[in-house]
Amino acid sequence: MKLRYFAWVRERVGKPEEDIEVPAGIATVAELMAWLPSRGEEYAHAFANPKVIRAAIDRTHVKAQAPIQGASEIAFFPPMTGG
Amino acid sequence: MTAFSTVRLQREPFDAAAEAKKLTGGRTDIGALVTFTGICRGDEAGAPIAALTLEHYPGMAEAEIERHVVEALARWPLLGVTVIHRYGRMVPGEDIVVVVTTSSHRAAAFAAAEFLMDYLKTRAPFWKQVEKAGEKTWVEAKATDDAAAGRWAAPPSRHAAE
Repeated sequence: MKLRYFAWVRERVGKPEEDIEVPAGIATVAELMAWLPSRGEEYAHAFANPKVIRAAIDRTHVKAQAPIQGASEIAFFPPMTGG
Repeated sequence: MTAFSTVRLQREPFDAAAEAKKLTGGRTDIGALVTFTGICRGDEAGAPIAALTLEHYPGMAEAEIERHVVEALARWPLLGVTVIHRYGRMVPGEDIVVVVTTSSHRAAAFAAAEFLMDYLKTRAPFWKQVEKAGEKTWVEAKATDDAAAGRWAAPPSRHAAE
């Protein structure tokens, strides 16, 4: 599964994207955000407050409860500030 | 009634007046043209800024804007829509985004342009970073922008907008 990070989430994780093996049993975006900090300090820093982080699965906005099964790309980013 | 729509993301500057002209040129059915241009301001939270850098999610940003253009075309009797959003670094005074809408009458053109801008601010995957006093900081999302987008949640009747 490809993970992509944007804005300060990208800066804290230290990379724009990566391919990872998600352990069996992690079913939702929220569970993925809760598991990522176990990968290292940079993830713990990036995902310290998961409530403020938004997610997209395959380039569509999703809520934290969204299932991740079948996803090929999951992105994490702060609330958007375009326009 | 044929409506024309264009969505473009680009690093280079655009010419808002020329984009408006492209939607109206050679037509006599358009009675209303609304052009909104978002410009890089020289201050953020009361302090002068040197520049603004817009990061975006390629692929998703286009798709998200196109979804909202399709929704605008379904909600209002529009004759044309153009949305151009820049990314990369820009300095105060430069244009960031332009939304152009055309219709037979003004209500639809005004409403659709506002709808598109409100959604661009809160749903299109762009993030602004400001360079201020030698430091780079990410702009925080505003609750007022969420509130502005929220008011479009209930679709208006099509006739009310005409």
